[in-house]
Amino acid sequence: MKHLISVQDLSRTDTLQILDTALELDRVTDGGTKLLPTLRGRTVVNLFYEDSTRTRLSFERAAKRLSADVVTFSAKGSSVSKGESLKDTALTLKAMGADMIVVRHSSPGAAHRLAHAGWLESSVLNAGDGKHEHPTQALGDAFTIRARLRPEASDFNGLTIGIVGDVLHSRVARSNIFLLASLGAKVVVIGPPTLLPVGVENWPCEVSYSLDARLPQLDAIMMLRVQQERMNGTFFPSELEYSRAFGLNRARAAVLPEHAIVMHPGPMNRGVEISAEVADSARSVITEQVANGLKVRMASMYLLIGGDVSVT
Amino acid sequence: MSLNSYLIVGSRPYGEEVQDLRIVDGRITEIGVELDPENLQVIEAHGRICLPSFVDLHTHLREPGREDAETIASGSRAATLGGFSAVFAMANTTPVADTAGVVEQVWRIGRETGLVDVFPIGAVSVGLQGEALAELGAMAASSAGVTVFSDDGHCVSDPLLMRRALEYVKTFDGVIAQHAQDPRLTQGAQMNEGELSGVLGLTGWPAVAEESIIARDVLLASHVDSRLHVCHVSTAGSVAIVRWAKEMGVRVTAEVTPHHLLLTEDLVSSFDPVYKVNPPLRSRADTLALREGLADGTIDAVATDHAPHPHEAKDCEWDSAAFGMLGLETALGVVVAAMAETPNWNWRTLSDRMSSAPAKIGRARNHGRPLAIGEPAHLVLIDPKQTREVVAEALASLSGNTPYAGMTLPVCVTDVFFNGVHQVRGGELNG
Repeated sequence: MKHLISVQDLSRTDTLQILDTALELDRVTDGGTKLLPTLRGRTVVNLFYEDSTRTRLSFERAAKRLSADVVTFSAKGSSVSKGESLKDTALTLKAMGADMIVVRHSSPGAAHRLAHAGWLESSVLNAGDGKHEHPTQALGDAFTIRARLRPEASDFNGLTIGIVGDVLHSRVARSNIFLLASLGAKVVVIGPPTLLPVGVENWPCEVSYSLDARLPQLDAIMMLRVQQERMNGTFFPSELEYSRAFGLNRARAAVLPEHAIVMHPGPMNRGVEISAEVADSARSVITEQVANGLKVRMASMYLLIGGDVSVT
Repeated sequence: MSLNSYLIVGSRPYGEEVQDLRIVDGRITEIGVELDPENLQVIEAHGRICLPSFVDLHTHLREPGREDAETIASGSRAATLGGFSAVFAMANTTPVADTAGVVEQVWRIGRETGLVDVFPIGAVSVGLQGEALAELGAMAASSAGVTVFSDDGHCVSDPLLMRRALEYVKTFDGVIAQHAQDPRLTQGAQMNEGELSGVLGLTGWPAVAEESIIARDVLLASHVDSRLHVCHVSTAGSVAIVRWAKEMGVRVTAEVTPHHLLLTEDLVSSFDPVYKVNPPLRSRADTLALREGLADGTIDAVATDHAPHPHEAKDCEWDSAAFGMLGLETALGVVVAAMAETPNWNWRTLSDRMSSAPAKIGRARNHGRPLAIGEPAHLVLIDPKQTREVVAEALASLSGNTPYAGMTLPVCVTDVFFNGVHQVRGGELNG
């Protein structure tokens, strides 16, 4: 595997290898406190066309823990804001000798183009391309679900996972639906029809317009962030109406099975898709998702450009 | 030996019986078996098919304004190599072809190039802005003699403006060629809306955005009894609406592009913008409905929507890329490939859809004429057995944005006669 663009390129074996490697890397670094020399001398470029402090920091830390040289190329304050094309940026990075490009871009397929347009030879890791995919977020979420509900298991058979809200605009939802389904979980997508993609009924998931009807069956519930700009009466009448129908509050959380975990990819709109009480409750694994995202990013980088170096 | 006088020997007109054709001074003067060559140049054409040259109702020649992508001269070369004798040049140039001055300039440069007849299409609205009618009458009365008007690239979405345009062109037997795309339903649209657009996260271009405009326009055309032409029909629903409108007696005609007949949306999974086109590539079911509609005459014509773009407009990420693909030089091969399995399709129907029907729609009276004595010698010879691998760099177009690069297309245009001038020989342009 040279690139990580879409979870749909991953076999179940690939996914388990990444999850197992993340676990192993976590062990040998004592939970991330020790550096590994694995990527010493390798250059990882974080190419961020969209502001995302959280994701950028996560990738930076992941690369540094593997001793890679990390360069961050942010759209703001660079030639990109002056209209340089993706191709010219790619050629610049090629000339600088990047072993891996971690790219965040607003255009679906941008990571795929970087990897396959013939502009450069580096490994490309998709850190979110428009509404398309965000594979390391889904891998981190799978790691979290596995750690909490199926420790060391090689599949998610028998688990039911709800993904709630704005699936239409969410790369996190896309990557999670396809990845979790490939691991054997039953995925239920829940939201208003205006925020579900056309054709979702043919995806490997069930579709529901009622959160309340599905709550009792969920082993994990993933609340998607609702963007303010979707709330202007075009996709949904109002924030309040959305929250009443699809917000996860204390009363709804009480209907979940006792073991069920609450997830959110962040950043949260407290009081809209998730109430503060639920976000901070014992069943919330939201901060674990952040920590685990870092672990799977380390594992992905290691597997993509670490060559045949052994973990220890 | 008489210049520009030929005896074409052994070809099969319309793919039927072998006949010889005598061409003298730009006209067909005799058709028959084993004609005497007298003093004429003999063109040996055994095994080949002879058709009237093609007519393209929908070509973007980019001049004036984007001569880096195509010029009237380079587009004319591409057209004749593709077997065309006439192209209708779309109005979305810079400046827009919305005045007599611009259309006369395009027409004049076409004449000077002299490889095909270039018929300018006039804009419906000033600056393609969809607000006020352009000077349609002045363009019609100009030396360019414009009969087809289109805001192509933009939809005339305002129903009142569309109604007025349809009414106004009745005075000179004009036609409004509509780019049917509801702008509100296609904001930010990048590809066909369906399961794949959802998976790829690309904003969808729903079929209903085309079909709802066509439905409205056929009703308007019926109401004011005028002529409507629907550009690049791309969905099964559009075919059904046009079929219904024709049954109702509405004066509507429609075209389909070669790429919508052959290619489907799954190519978009590559994120390669060479497949980005407007309207977008649709589903397999849509291509099948388009083929059936073309064969049964619901769709009157094939039109290329030849849309050259400079390299950088496609060498980028999908969202940033321009819409459009080349079409002139590959049209015949693509149509033959796409229609191969369709019932009720033969060289006669192909000739109607690529030559006589589009000429009639555009009122190009000297084109699309039958292979008959006294008719103008706009002819193509086609080798039905020779295939051709498409090489983008080898095309005559100044641009290389062909989705067929690397594909082997059936049949080959070997020779083209334009006004009796034998200007393409062995698939190559003379001089």
